Amino acid sequence: MYRYDPYDQKIVDERVAQFRDQTRRYLAGELTDDEFRPLRLQNGLYIQRHAPMLRIAVPYGLLSSTQVRKLAHIARSYDKGYAHITTRQNVQFNWPELKVVPEILGELAQVQMHAIQTSGACIRNITSDPFAGVAGDEYLDPRPWCEVLRQWSTFHPEFAFLPRKFKIAVNGAEQDRAVIQCHDIGLELKRNAAGEIGFRVLVGGGMGRTPIIGEEISDFVPWQHIITYNEAILRVYNRYGRRDNLYKARIKILVKALGVAEFKRQVEEEWAFGKDGANTLTEAEVARVAAHFTTPAYETLPGEDAGYAGQRAANTAFAAWARRNVLAHKVPGYAIVVLSLKNPTTAPGDITAEQLDLVAEWADAYSFGEVRATHEQNLVLADVKQADLFALWEKARATGLATPTFGLLTDIICCPGGDFCALANAKSIPIANAIQARFDDLDYLYDIGDIELNISGCMNSCGHHHVGHIGILGVDKNGEEWYQVSLGGSQGNDTSIGKVIGRSFAAAEMPDVISKIIDVYRAQRQNGERFIDTVRRTGLDPFKLGVYGEAALKERKQHA
Amino acid sequence: MPKLIKNGRVIDDAAQFLVLDEGQGPEALTLPDGPLFVPLAVWQAHRGALSGRAGLGVWLDSNENVEELDGNLDSISAIALNFPKFTDGRAYSAAALLRSRYGFKGEIRAIGEVLRDQFFFMQRCGFDAIQPKAGKYSDTQLEEALTSLKDFSTPYQAAIDQPEPLFRRVPRAA
Repeated sequence: MYRYDPYDQKIVDERVAQFRDQTRRYLAGELTDDEFRPLRLQNGLYIQRHAPMLRIAVPYGLLSSTQVRKLAHIARSYDKGYAHITTRQNVQFNWPELKVVPEILGELAQVQMHAIQTSGACIRNITSDPFAGVAGDEYLDPRPWCEVLRQWSTFHPEFAFLPRKFKIAVNGAEQDRAVIQCHDIGLELKRNAAGEIGFRVLVGGGMGRTPIIGEEISDFVPWQHIITYNEAILRVYNRYGRRDNLYKARIKILVKALGVAEFKRQVEEEWAFGKDGANTLTEAEVARVAAHFTTPAYETLPGEDAGYAGQRAANTAFAAWARRNVLAHKVPGYAIVVLSLKNPTTAPGDITAEQLDLVAEWADAYSFGEVRATHEQNLVLADVKQADLFALWEKARATGLATPTFGLLTDIICCPGGDFCALANAKSIPIANAIQARFDDLDYLYDIGDIELNISGCMNSCGHHHVGHIGILGVDKNGEEWYQVSLGGSQGNDTSIGKVIGRSFAAAEMPDVISKIIDVYRAQRQNGERFIDTVRRTGLDPFKLGVYGEAALKERKQHA
Repeated sequence: MPKLIKNGRVIDDAAQFLVLDEGQGPEALTLPDGPLFVPLAVWQAHRGALSGRAGLGVWLDSNENVEELDGNLDSISAIALNFPKFTDGRAYSAAALLRSRYGFKGEIRAIGEVLRDQFFFMQRCGFDAIQPKAGKYSDTQLEEALTSLKDFSTPYQAAIDQPEPLFRRVPRAA
């Protein structure tokens, strides 16, 4: 993974000094709340219900074991002993005190970490495929490009006060695992017919209040020009994006208002000036960064480890975990392991300091010292020998990190919600835990198969409810917490936005509602099709009927 | 006298800013003597008369495009770009465009809600003059605030103050 050189380190060190002084001036009354807000946000610091929340950047989800140990240390020393993996591959601490935040940033800088641009109306942490470099369907490794873009976007002077936040994702494989269609800029790294490397560029996607799927504005931007092309997009947005209404300030609204053809025209006109300028990438710079992402020292192994097959045959619990949480690796004899953070007794995405230390230990022992965070709020050890899987599983199981439900109904994406977040309309963690408790039978979960259930506590949709096969959105009705259900959303290559099925529900109703939806699916399912395929084939009607009943639907129609 | 940060130093500045009242048209005006910034609308209405005036400045609000000045920049010695709110970042693009695309060599001044934690970004985008609102900072505070111009010593990207990105400026070892 990328290691800082003295220049990178200096920028992060100077950031710590800068924020220390900003915090000092705020605490001394020299900065007003309004003036301090964007400064702290651009350092990932929110004021939440109970305490400040500090969001730490995990660039494109990559962590070294040293960094994981530092996170454990921070959780122990400055927080309540745990951390939270976010839906943008970052890490959040929910309980730090404002006055110690500069100290935490100082600790992070020691391990080449920071909280730069993890919030605020600026270019945010760039996200990517958690299986980059190890997936069999990869065209090209997105990580060097993510790092190049990270450096370009860090403290970009022109784009620090955009109309609104700005999110970029990069994917370089046949399957999109970075949700590139729901980003302000989605980049698909690919080769053109001539074999040259470049990017297909999508713009104006996003979730939030107005979910929109991004549209293509270029089918191929050669790699040399990706920074200048991004700058052209950002400049058009910075100049003409709406600033009069927070809810209409994202780039997607500008793209919709202008139409993608006109937006593209403006970008290309702007790009004509910047193209071939100083920010044009050089082969030397790309090679320098790419050299940090070389193939680890894999052993030459048989494609199927004999011991691994035997262990699966002998141990059904191990076999169940291997079936769901162990994924194919491009190198024979190796596997990708998903360490699930969806233990039904804890908040989705939460991990304790002790678990973090253990993950670091396993990363060193089994996976070349690296860990990845996923936007689905799990951790990944990307390079585990099949022969080590059983030993790893035993350790992970002993500490609650081997829930064998990756990609199943209870592998819920869930924002922190009303328990922590000041923006939330409703709690989301208790809903996730109640659904996990209801669906605790593994055989039943396996029968339901691949499905994505996503929960957001408000319209900001940090829990990605719009793209959940089942999406749950917390809404406020006269001061009470209610939950709206949508079906048919999807991430990945066939990204779609879910549709609301009808009236919302009280928290206590939610497990029953999900049970009814699953019952309809199992009754309607044909030829083993996935849940999402059934919803797409049948439409919402059978599900509405199953959830609300015939009488209720009839009554609604009459009132409509 | 109002203070101004110019080329990294605090100086006194006597320039006046002409601001039209709401509903006031740019046509009939008596302009005060001395260094003066006029609104874009006034400059457009009186271009002929004003172009001979020494030390003329034009100020633009954040919703006004620098393209409006294109082709006439030689007759302007200074351009002030207003930050109606410090979170309104349009003037960063405006300044960068004036310097890079339109080759403006005169003063570009940041006015309005101008806070010290923005100084670094402003300087990088081509502002060479920074004028926080009168009373925003004491003289001592303004002197202290000069350190914010140097928050980061070696930025990554190319910008106006540093037209080459880091990867072209220095050899970086892999």
